[in-house]
Amino acid sequence: MSEKLDLGSWVNDVVQHLLDNYSGAFDSVGQVVSGFSEAIEKLLLLPPAWLLISLFVALGLWRIGAKFAVFTAASFVLIVLTGFWEQTVVTLGLTFSATLISLLLGVPLGIWAARSERVAMITRPVLDFMQTMPAFVYLIPAAMLFGLGRVPGIIATVIFAMPPAVRLTSLGIRQVNKELVEAGQSFGCTSRQLLFKVQLPSALPSIMAGVNQTIMMALSMVIIASMVGAGGLGNDVLASIQRLDIGLGFESGMAVVLLAIILDRITESFGTRRAATSKSLFGRLFCKLQRPQSAP
Amino acid sequence: MQSGKIVVQNLFKVFGEHPQQAIDMLKQGKSKEQILAETGSVIGVSDVSFSVEEGEIFVLMGLSGSGKSTLIRLINRLIEPSAGDVYIDGQNVARLPQSQLIDLRRRDMSMVFQSFALMPSRSVLDNASFGLEIAGMGRGERHRRAMEVLEQVGLASFAHKYPHELSGGMQQRVGLARALAVNPSMIIMDEAFSALDPLKRREMQDVLLDLQKKHRRTIIFVSHDIEEAIRIGTRIGIMEGGRLVQVGTPRELIENPADDYVRNFFDTVDTSRYLTAGHLKADSVPLYVHNGKAPDTHKVCRELQAMDKHYAFIIDEQKNFRGSISLERVALLLEEGRHPRLEQDLLKQIDPVPEDLPLEKVIERLVVNEGPIPVIDGRGRYAGAISKGRLLSRLQGE
Repeated sequence: MSEKLDLGSWVNDVVQHLLDNYSGAFDSVGQVVSGFSEAIEKLLLLPPAWLLISLFVALGLWRIGAKFAVFTAASFVLIVLTGFWEQTVVTLGLTFSATLISLLLGVPLGIWAARSERVAMITRPVLDFMQTMPAFVYLIPAAMLFGLGRVPGIIATVIFAMPPAVRLTSLGIRQVNKELVEAGQSFGCTSRQLLFKVQLPSALPSIMAGVNQTIMMALSMVIIASMVGAGGLGNDVLASIQRLDIGLGFESGMAVVLLAIILDRITESFGTRRAATSKSLFGRLFCKLQRPQSAP
Repeated sequence: MQSGKIVVQNLFKVFGEHPQQAIDMLKQGKSKEQILAETGSVIGVSDVSFSVEEGEIFVLMGLSGSGKSTLIRLINRLIEPSAGDVYIDGQNVARLPQSQLIDLRRRDMSMVFQSFALMPSRSVLDNASFGLEIAGMGRGERHRRAMEVLEQVGLASFAHKYPHELSGGMQQRVGLARALAVNPSMIIMDEAFSALDPLKRREMQDVLLDLQKKHRRTIIFVSHDIEEAIRIGTRIGIMEGGRLVQVGTPRELIENPADDYVRNFFDTVDTSRYLTAGHLKADSVPLYVHNGKAPDTHKVCRELQAMDKHYAFIIDEQKNFRGSISLERVALLLEEGRHPRLEQDLLKQIDPVPEDLPLEKVIERLVVNEGPIPVIDGRGRYAGAISKGRLLSRLQGE
């Protein structure tokens, strides 16, 4: 076989066609995303470093505990001292923007997929594709359609980070105890009441797990997105690779790791605190099983 | 059409692609297994008709998979019927448009679940007022009403706890309170107490019976516990393989089970408390008719000896009980060389017992009586006899 199947050129044609005919639409989407992410970044850069840091420390203290609050404070101080504060905030802004857009699209899509077999059937392979395609690949069409800068970075990040939000929302709703749903229906819930008063509250731990995963995936992707000029800590990582500067690589990489740990633990705590109800239930059931059966 | 609070007529539920085809096959007399093999359809409920009276506790019983949970969900239409009608107060629920169905569920029916199905993120008070909230009642009013029903089930002091902080029995009290809060005229209870331990189960049955005393509601109660069914059920319906095999009061089912399946349910139950003299009687005592002329004493004596019986009963031509003769006494008198006359010397008067006398009274009579005791029917005619031996063998056979 000397002739190879040229799937690649077909994809090129599609992207070129989109570019030729719909550039106006892409421009306006780009403008919205750009405006949105700039606003978030400005908001984060507005307060002095110590105020933002205190905010995170307070959040850590409230959700997790004193030890974690100390860790958060130490991490951010380290980042400030190594001179990566501004890049870190930019990365944080990009992560937030991409996450918010992912959730805005992903959660409703997840709800839809939970309620319609057909939508579930269509979204599943698409989500598989979105998640398993090497993340770099999204950067190429994104850059072609939206130009260089933060916008293609955020768009590529949204594509990469949205699947867990969709999946875990859908899963959470589908896994709500059948009798709980029946209870809602038997008391006369409309479809909307069932969703908002029964299914979503019960699915919240699962949805929060999706939010946590989306944030983590978004963070990893916005670093990669520096290749199309998204900015932030990714720029330093990229520069350290290009210059083989192990020191710079370590410093910027360290900032990413610390940021990741802090974001992960804090968002995770929102999921588990809610789930504590079912956890303690399991715990009590377990105790019951272990206790010898009383004679009937 | 039958009358009643709830009337179910020719109700079918088929799980599968072509329900009508499966229903036609059922009507042709094909079995569930045949239909599953030929069409892939599973029969959930097959041609069920019954009615439930206002204020009655109607218990549906059956093994798991017999369709009882499906049947009750067809009644409040959590599951869509494949064919047939369900009338509640004369209104056909099976054909009701969605908006009216929702209205009916909010206003007049509620449900209690085996797994309690409480919302973990809501407090006891918010769980109890769930139905009222769904119906659009304001916060103050619904909390006030929920508080009233929580008091009725003895949980007022736990109103601000969360479900996971309560024991199973208490959680189901919340489930019951939630069902009562909307003040429905009917409640569907799906194995409501099955997840509780035997003591708690009894306690909840008492709570339910107590509530029924104060305010009679129509209740359809699914159970697989026969003791529970007998205890709380006004009537019991027994299901097998999607069909309703028999409906009746507990006593009717024990006395006249339609088949072995029904009988098996009562195997483990101490049914003796439902036994009466009528069940225990037998033709075990030889009868002699006194038709104006007393039977010959020597002949009676010989025959009893030949049959190895110790007693005979004398009745008249109208089957009225006249008295009992003891072989021992006849033999004693003959030995003494006397010539006993039946009426003067032998006949012993025993008060006959009516057929509907319960077992414990029968035992009392047997204890004070030496021989068997006669049983008479409603018109005062001799119907049979109960001996001690007969009673013991009958009780062992139960």
